[in-house]
Amino acid sequence: MISLGIFGIDAVVFAIVALLTGAGLVWLAMWLAGLISPRSFNPQKGEAYECGIPTRGESMARFHVGYYLFAILFLMFDVETVFLFPWAVKMRALGGEGVLCVAVFFAILVLGLVYAWRKGALEWK
Amino acid sequence: MSNYTIDNFSSLATWFDTMLNNFMPSWLATTLECLLVGVGLLLVYSVLALFYILYERKICAYFQCRLGPNRVGPWGLLQSVADMFKILIKELISLNHIDKFLFALAPYLVIIASVLCFAVLPWGNGLQIIDFNIGIFFLLACSSIGVLGILLAGWSSNNKFTLIGALRSGAQMVSYELSVGLSILTMVVFAGTMDVGKIVEAQADHWFIFSAHIPALIAFVIYMIAGTAETNRGPFDLPEAESELTAGYHTEYSGIHFGFFYLAEYLNLFIVSGVATLLFFGGWMPFRVAGWDGFNEIMGYIPSVVWFLGKAFIISFIIIWFKWTYPRLRIDQLLTLEWKYLLPINLVNLALMVWIVVEGLYFGQLPQ
Repeated sequence: MISLGIFGIDAVVFAIVALLTGAGLVWLAMWLAGLISPRSFNPQKGEAYECGIPTRGESMARFHVGYYLFAILFLMFDVETVFLFPWAVKMRALGGEGVLCVAVFFAILVLGLVYAWRKGALEWK
Repeated sequence: MSNYTIDNFSSLATWFDTMLNNFMPSWLATTLECLLVGVGLLLVYSVLALFYILYERKICAYFQCRLGPNRVGPWGLLQSVADMFKILIKELISLNHIDKFLFALAPYLVIIASVLCFAVLPWGNGLQIIDFNIGIFFLLACSSIGVLGILLAGWSSNNKFTLIGALRSGAQMVSYELSVGLSILTMVVFAGTMDVGKIVEAQADHWFIFSAHIPALIAFVIYMIAGTAETNRGPFDLPEAESELTAGYHTEYSGIHFGFFYLAEYLNLFIVSGVATLLFFGGWMPFRVAGWDGFNEIMGYIPSVVWFLGKAFIISFIIIWFKWTYPRLRIDQLLTLEWKYLLPINLVNLALMVWIVVEGLYFGQLPQ
């Protein structure tokens, strides 16, 4: 099904127009700033900014493994939410059978959360 | 679109379209219309961002018993315009060890994501630029691109603090995106459509927050909390915790390059309020009561754009209010709040909404 936007033009065209507008805004402002902003060179300026003191150690610091865990959890739940959207639109047409099927799916989703919880993946240690 | 309000942009657009087609080939008319939409989008985007910066500064000033900007222009209206010119003439510092390509790419992603979301919102009666039948879904998809931009910005800057800031921001945004997604899903279950235009149309007699009562209210509260976190604002602004990380993921950006992140942050605030308006308070739909024809007529005299912007500004005010009321959370508290409270409540709420729709325990007519 084609979705028509304002002026009766396909919405995809406007999505592309909006994308180009965003890119154009950044490009235009960067170009303008490049023209009028001052330039001065100093080797100190190129260093990483850490409140004025010289950088110690590597800049690619090690970070907490928890970020990774939460990213994985997010991936799991977000994909499952995405699967629920088509059902949500057609819920009334599918009726009780649809609700039952999704309830099973939903139970698996909740089991995943319970498992992660019991495993302690939701703790920030 | 029918005549809910006195301004009807769809008839205006049709008139403009036929007028253009009368004296030029249709490809030229289409190109001109696309150009018009692009320029209009650019103008509204920048003007609204500038207004929002002033709006927040004024509100935060009044919360702290100050006057806020009041020197440039009447009521300080031109302050953010002056700030924009100032930021344009600031030097763009070129750094030594950055990943140049990703460093330049990050602001593009952040801005493009917010412009795309911006164009999906229902601005007025018939004034909706991107009108997909999966509008809400498109909005969710676009808003998650913004996270990529922030992660890239922190990663490519070659700085410990930007890296940690970006990771915090990423973890926070993806976590709360789940809650945003689920509360939107709850409302989609009720609306039975993802088409933004149809969702607004369905709220002609009752806004969803009234017709879907308790689950809609719970979804709204969760949406507000998650939306605040998603825009890195209020008590959830720890990616920019200036006392720990110099300035978060955009520490190494200077001049207008930094300005883009600033701009997108304010626009995201507007987008979050706009989506809340769309899903719970009827988008551009005036406050109408079924059967009260005279009352509805009078409400219709207020233009739809005013209704939409008014509701969005009030919701933004509440989100700004959060910031000046609650202290900043720690990262473990933040993730606990999302995963152990909001997510389970949201799942139960979704089941509650399904039950209410199936049993017919809502007010008014269910949208078809």
